[in-house]
Amino acid sequence: MSALTVHVNGRAHSVDVDPATPLLYVLSDDLGLHGPKFGCGLGQCGACAVIVNGKAIRSCVTPVSTIGTSEVTTLEGLGTPEKPHPIQQAFIEEQAAQCGFCLNGVIVSAKAYLDQNPKASDDEVRQALSNVLCRCFANVRMLHAIKRYQEKRS
Amino acid sequence: MKRREFLKTSGALIVSFSSAASVISAVAEASAGQGPFDTRNSGIDPQKLDSWIRLDANGNVTAFTGKAELGQGMLTAQMQLVAEELSLPLSRVTLVQCDTSKTPDQGTTSGSQSTPTNFNERNLALAAATLREALTKLASERLGMPVDRLAIADGVVSVKGDASKKVSYGELVAGKTLNLTLSRTAKRKPMHDWTVLGKPVMRADMAAMAAGTFEFVHNVKVPGMLHGRVVRPPAVGATLVGVDESSVRSMPGFVKVVVVKNVVGVVCEKPWQAMQAARALKATWSAGEGLPSQDGFYEFMKKQRSRDALAVNSRDVEQTLAASASTIKASYRYPYQMHGSMGSSCAVADVQGGKATVWSPTQSAYPTRNGVAMLLGLKPEDVRVIFVRGAGCYGLNNADAVSYDAALMSKAVGKPVRVQLSRQDEMAWENYGFAYVIDQRAGVDAKGNIAAWDCEAWSVSKGGRPGYNQPGNVVTGMLAGFATPSIEPRAAVEPTRELRNGSNAAPSYIAGIVAGKSGGAGTVKSERVLTHTIASPFFTGPLRSPSRLQNTFAHESFLDEIAAHVKADPVEYRLRHLSDARLKEVVQAAAKAAKWDPRPSPSRSGGSSGSGGSSRASGRGIACVAYEGDNGYVAMIAEVDVDRASGHIHVKRFVVAQDCGPVSNPDGMKNQIEGGALQGLSRALGEAVTWDDRKVTSIDWRTYHSLPLGFDVPSVESVLINRDGVEATGSGETAITVVAAAVGNAVFDATGVRLREAPFTPERVKAGLDAVNTRTALRR
Repeated sequence: MSALTVHVNGRAHSVDVDPATPLLYVLSDDLGLHGPKFGCGLGQCGACAVIVNGKAIRSCVTPVSTIGTSEVTTLEGLGTPEKPHPIQQAFIEEQAAQCGFCLNGVIVSAKAYLDQNPKASDDEVRQALSNVLCRCFANVRMLHAIKRYQEKRS
Repeated sequence: MKRREFLKTSGALIVSFSSAASVISAVAEASAGQGPFDTRNSGIDPQKLDSWIRLDANGNVTAFTGKAELGQGMLTAQMQLVAEELSLPLSRVTLVQCDTSKTPDQGTTSGSQSTPTNFNERNLALAAATLREALTKLASERLGMPVDRLAIADGVVSVKGDASKKVSYGELVAGKTLNLTLSRTAKRKPMHDWTVLGKPVMRADMAAMAAGTFEFVHNVKVPGMLHGRVVRPPAVGATLVGVDESSVRSMPGFVKVVVVKNVVGVVCEKPWQAMQAARALKATWSAGEGLPSQDGFYEFMKKQRSRDALAVNSRDVEQTLAASASTIKASYRYPYQMHGSMGSSCAVADVQGGKATVWSPTQSAYPTRNGVAMLLGLKPEDVRVIFVRGAGCYGLNNADAVSYDAALMSKAVGKPVRVQLSRQDEMAWENYGFAYVIDQRAGVDAKGNIAAWDCEAWSVSKGGRPGYNQPGNVVTGMLAGFATPSIEPRAAVEPTRELRNGSNAAPSYIAGIVAGKSGGAGTVKSERVLTHTIASPFFTGPLRSPSRLQNTFAHESFLDEIAAHVKADPVEYRLRHLSDARLKEVVQAAAKAAKWDPRPSPSRSGGSSGSGGSSRASGRGIACVAYEGDNGYVAMIAEVDVDRASGHIHVKRFVVAQDCGPVSNPDGMKNQIEGGALQGLSRALGEAVTWDDRKVTSIDWRTYHSLPLGFDVPSVESVLINRDGVEATGSGETAITVVAAAVGNAVFDATGVRLREAPFTPERVKAGLDAVNTRTALRR
C-alpha cells in the first residue's frame, strides 16, 4: 500500500492503495463514485470508462499509479441530475437507456470521441463505439442521443 | 421504523392522519400465511390496503410493490398507475419496491407478468382503485354531494361546476382510521379518462442514470463491509478436494478463506485484494464429469431419455399427412444462449447474530429470502432481502447465486461482505437459455392449404429459478450441497387439459383442440405437438422469452417454408390459417406499415446465382406470435441485405406491430420493442454458448459474441395498437420472440437460403449460398 493523490472531477484525493490497483476500484470503492462500473474487468465492454487527457480509457485495466497527476473525469463529473451536461441531457431527452448499467461507458466514450472528432460521420461514430456494449440494446435511442449532442455542440 | 415493529403492525393499514407522518395503528395480526401469491411467512397481508398504498396527511402517497424495475420501465409505469388512479401528479407518488420487510410477496418479477399482475383489477391497481373509491365516498359525505357530482384533480375532490366546494385528501383522512381491505368491486379509471397513464412519461430514474448518481447494488456500502470473491470449480461437476489457505494468508488485506462444501470464497478488506487472493488461492478439484461434445450435440439431445408431453394430439396426423397432396418437413436448431448481463452480478450481505440482511439484485425477493434462510440455517423471517437494482438481467443471471455467495461469506466472517463475480464466473455458471431441436412436418391439400401440422421438439433443462425452496437450482446452492432436481424421464400421456400455449410450443396456425375446446390461434385441425425435455449438462433458466422464442423461430420459419412450397405470399398465407382476431390484426398492421409487397418468397432475384447478379441481395420477411397464447400479440417485418461474398446479414429495418391491451406508457413500450428487436437480432446473428470436453468456453465478450453498440443498427418502427376493454398484458418479451424467424425469412426471400440453425453466422449463410448456387448450376 502506498499513499497516492488522484485528481478526479476537479478535486484532489489522497488514497492509500496498492499502486497496481486498477483505477476503477479507487474510483468506485475508495472514492465511492457511482459512474464508472465493473462490467468485465477486461477492458472489453466500456462500463468502466473515464476520461483522462481527453480520451476515454478503460479504468478497469489501468493501474492507478499510471494516472499520475492527470485529471480524471467520470460520468458524474460531467453534470448532475439537476444540471446535466448537454450529452447527458440528450440521453434524458431521448430516454436512451433501459437498465442504465452501460450508460457510463456509452456517454463517456461518445463524449470523448466527439470532443476530439466533432465532425465525425455517423459511420465513424458507430465505429468508435464498436467496443462498447449495451446488453439491453437501447442502441437506437443511444445513437439518436449521441447525434443530438453532436448537432448541438457544433 | 425497525423491522420487527413494522412486522408487528403491518397488515393493518390504515390511512390515518392525525400527524404529518402516517400513523399505523395495530389491528389483529392478519393471517399472513395465505394470499394470492406465495405469502408463506410474509408479514404483509395482500388483502390489506396499507400493504399496498399509504396516504400521508399532506396527500402524498407511498405505494409498495413486489414487481421490480429491471430496466423495463416498471418503476415509472407503476408510479403512473398509482398517480392515475388517485388523480395525483407523479411527483407526489413514491414507490417502494421489493423489500421483504415492506412490500407484499409478489413472487418473482418475470414472465411478462408484472403488467398483467399489477395493472388489471388486482393487487396494486385494485388497491389504488379501492383507495380512490374510499376517498370519493368520504368526500361525498363531507361535501354532501353524490359521487357522480364530484371531480378529482391533484389530490383535491371538488364539486363539478362549483370549484369552491372542495376537500383535499389530507383533510378527508385527518384523524380518521380507515381500516380497509381491498375491494373486490373497485374499478380502474376508464382509459378515456387517463391523464398520466397512457402517456409517454419520462422514466423517473433516467436523470440519475445519465448523470451517474444512480445507486446500483454494486454501489451499496455498509459500514465495516469487506469484499469477497468466489473461486468456482474449473470444470462442470468438479468437486473440491482441498484448499491451501497458506497460499493466500500473507496477502495484503486477507481476512479469510470460506469453504462451504464446494462453495469457495476469499474475503479481503478491499475488492482488488480479494480478486488477487482468489486468483492466487491454491484449490484442488476433482476432474469433473465431462461434457458431451458440442459437435453433434443436437443429435445427442434426441438420443437421451426424456420427459415427454403432448400439448395437443388429434391422433390423425399420420393419416392426414399420408393423404395430403404434398408434404414438407424441416428441422430447426437453436443453441444455448446466455443472459450475459452487462455487469457481473453483485450482492451485499450482513449476517450477524442469527439475522441476515441481503441487498440483492434478485428478481425474487421473497423466494431469495427463503433460499438464503435455507443456506444459512435461519428462519425466513430472520432474513430480510432488499432489492437494489443490478445490471439488466433478462431472466435469471447470477443475481440469486451471488446473493447466496455473499450470505455464506458474511456468515463465515461475521461482518458485512460485498461479492461481485468476475466476468468469467458470471458467464461460465449462469442459467443459460435452452438449446432446442424442433422437427416440423406439414401436409398440404390440393388447394395449397395446410391440412396437418406435426411438431416434435427436444429441449434441455437443469435447475432454473430457485423459487422458495430449491436453492440447488443455481450454481451456489448446488455447490453448497442442495440438490438440483433432475429431469425424470416419462412418456407422454394424451392431453386432457385445454391448450394454453404458455411456452408457444404449438404453432399459431393449429386449432389446438383438446377435449373439444380450441385453445389455438389457427385453423389446422390435424395436429400434434410433442415435446421432449432432457437433462442439461449446464444450468438452464428463463432467458427472455424462454422456449417461446425457440419454438417461434421454428414455427414461423416453417410456416414460411410451407408458404414458399405452395408459392403463396407469406402474409396472406398466415392470415389464411389464423383464427385469432388480435393476431391477424397485428399481422395486417405490420404489413400495412411496412408497405408489404404481396408475392411469394423468394423474390425473383432471390435464389439465383451470384455470378451475374449484384453482390447484395435484398429481401423481407415476416413473423408473428400470440405470446404465451394470450399475453401480447406481435408481428414483425424485417428488411435485410445479404452480402453474397461474405454471408453477412445486414438488417436495414424492423417494423413491429403490437397489441398488448391498454398501453400504460407508449414510450416505455417502444423502448421495449426496440431493445427486444435488437437483442433478438444479436441472439439471431451471433450468440451461442460454447464448451469443450470439461467446461464452458464462452467466458468473456471475445468468446461470447454480442452485437456492440456501434453495429450497423437498423431502424425500428413501432406500431402500437392501444386496445381498450381488454386486460393489460406483458410487452417485454413480445418483439424478441419473432426476430430470428423474421430475419431468417427475409434472408430466404433475398437469397433462397433457408436458415434452420441459429445463430445465422456469415459462415452458415455462406454455406447456404454455396448450396443454392450448386443447385442452380445443376439445374442449368
